[in-house]
Amino acid sequence: MVTLTEPAVIDQMTPIPFKVRSVREELSHTFTLELEPPNGDFDFQPGQFTMVYAFGIGEVPISISSSSTREATLLQTIRRTGAVTHALGTLKSGDYVGIRGPYGTPWPMQESKGRDLLIVGGGIGLAPLRPAIYHALENRDDYERVVVLYGTRTPDDILFETELRRWGDRTDITTLITVDAADRGWYGAVGVVTRLIGRVGFDPSNTTALVCGPEIMMTVTAERLMEGYSMEPSNIYVTMERNMKCGIGVCGHCQFGAKFICTDGAVFSYSEVGHLFDIKGV
Amino acid sequence: MMDTENLIKVLDEQSFFTGLSPEQMVVLASTAAEVDYSGGVEVFEEGGRADAAYLILEGAVALELHVTNRAHHIVQTLHESEVLGWGWLFPPHRWSFSARTLEPTKVVRFDAIQLRAAWESDCELGYEMMKRFAQVMTGRLAATRLQLVDFYGDTH
Repeated sequence: MVTLTEPAVIDQMTPIPFKVRSVREELSHTFTLELEPPNGDFDFQPGQFTMVYAFGIGEVPISISSSSTREATLLQTIRRTGAVTHALGTLKSGDYVGIRGPYGTPWPMQESKGRDLLIVGGGIGLAPLRPAIYHALENRDDYERVVVLYGTRTPDDILFETELRRWGDRTDITTLITVDAADRGWYGAVGVVTRLIGRVGFDPSNTTALVCGPEIMMTVTAERLMEGYSMEPSNIYVTMERNMKCGIGVCGHCQFGAKFICTDGAVFSYSEVGHLFDIKGV
Repeated sequence: MMDTENLIKVLDEQSFFTGLSPEQMVVLASTAAEVDYSGGVEVFEEGGRADAAYLILEGAVALELHVTNRAHHIVQTLHESEVLGWGWLFPPHRWSFSARTLEPTKVVRFDAIQLRAAWESDCELGYEMMKRFAQVMTGRLAATRLQLVDFYGDTH
C-alpha cells in the first residue's frame, strides 16, 4: 500500500469557512462583509489580502479593511464588478464564505516608526489603507505627523465617511477629503487628490507615503511626491492588484514584470514597481 | 485699507511672488488691495467682465459652471496661497467660471487694467509674471484632465 503525503500547497489552496456576521452597504456598488473566523482569531498585518471564495461561483483577492487589533471580526470591503463579487454581495448574515490567507506583504508600519505618515487613498483604495490608519492611531506615539488624504468621484462616493469625519475632528491626525465633481451642497474641496498635498504639512525627507487607488492615481501621486517634494521612490509605497488566482506564487496569473503581485506584493515600494507602470501590457 | 508697504509684506509671504525684486513687488502691490468676503459670496460671475486677479490668503473659493436647467457644478475649489482667475489676462476679458466663497475668505485683489499696464511697460516683470501664471494654468489643466479620466475608477 502506498501512502500519499499531501503537498503543502494543497493546504494553502483550501478555503476555510468563515461565517458572515453582517453585510453592510457602504456605497451604491460597494459593501463590507463582516466575517467571523472559525476559531475566533485571524492574525494579519495592515495591507494584506485574502482570497475570498463564493462557494460554487469563484474566488477573488480582496484587501482586508479591518483593524488588525481593534476588531475581532474580519472586514472585507468589496465593489461589485463581476460574478463573484456580485455573488458575495447577495450573502446574508449566517451564510458562509471561504477564506484563504492572509497573503501578501504589509504596509511598512514598523519601518516607518519615527517618520511622518502620508496616507493617500482614491475611491475604494481607502479600504486597504484603513488598517494602516488604525494602526497609526493605535500606536500614535510611534509616528510623527499622520496625514490622510482621500479623493473620490462625488460626495455620494465617499467610503467610510463617518470615520473620515471622525478622524477629521481629531487633532493628532490631519484628514482632508476631495471629490471630482459636486453641486452647491458640498462645502469641501473639489479637485484631484494630489491637489490636497500642498495644503498639509509634512517633512518630505522624513515621510513614508502609503498610496492606494487606481494605478493612474497612484502614479500621479507618486510623481507629484517625487517631483514636487523630492521624496525618494523607496519611501513611497503602493499596493497593486492584478488577476490573482492562487495567491501563493504558484500559478503566475499575477505576474507584474519580474514580480508576483501575490507574494512579492501586493504592497511594493515605488522604487520596485514604478518603472513598470508606463509599460503597456505589463 | 492696507498700505503698499504692508501689502508687500503680505505678498512676500506667498510663494507665488518668491524671487521678485523689491521694485517689482512695489509695482505689483500698488495695483492691489486686501479684500474680505464672508462665506457664500460671489467673487465674480461667469461671463462677467474680468477686471481683477486674486490671490487667496485665507479661506476657500469654489469655481462654478452653470449649466442650463442643472444645478451649479463645482469644477474646482481653490484654497490658501492659490491664484484665482486669469480671464483678465486675455481678450475678451470675461470670466469662464463663477467664483463663490465657501467660507469667510481673505484675498488680495489686483486691478487688472493697472496690472496689464504695468506688465506692458516693464516687459521683464510681465514675462516673469506670465511664466508664473502659465505654470498655474498648466497645473490646473493637468488636474482637470485627471478629473475627466475617472481617476478613481474600479480597483480592489
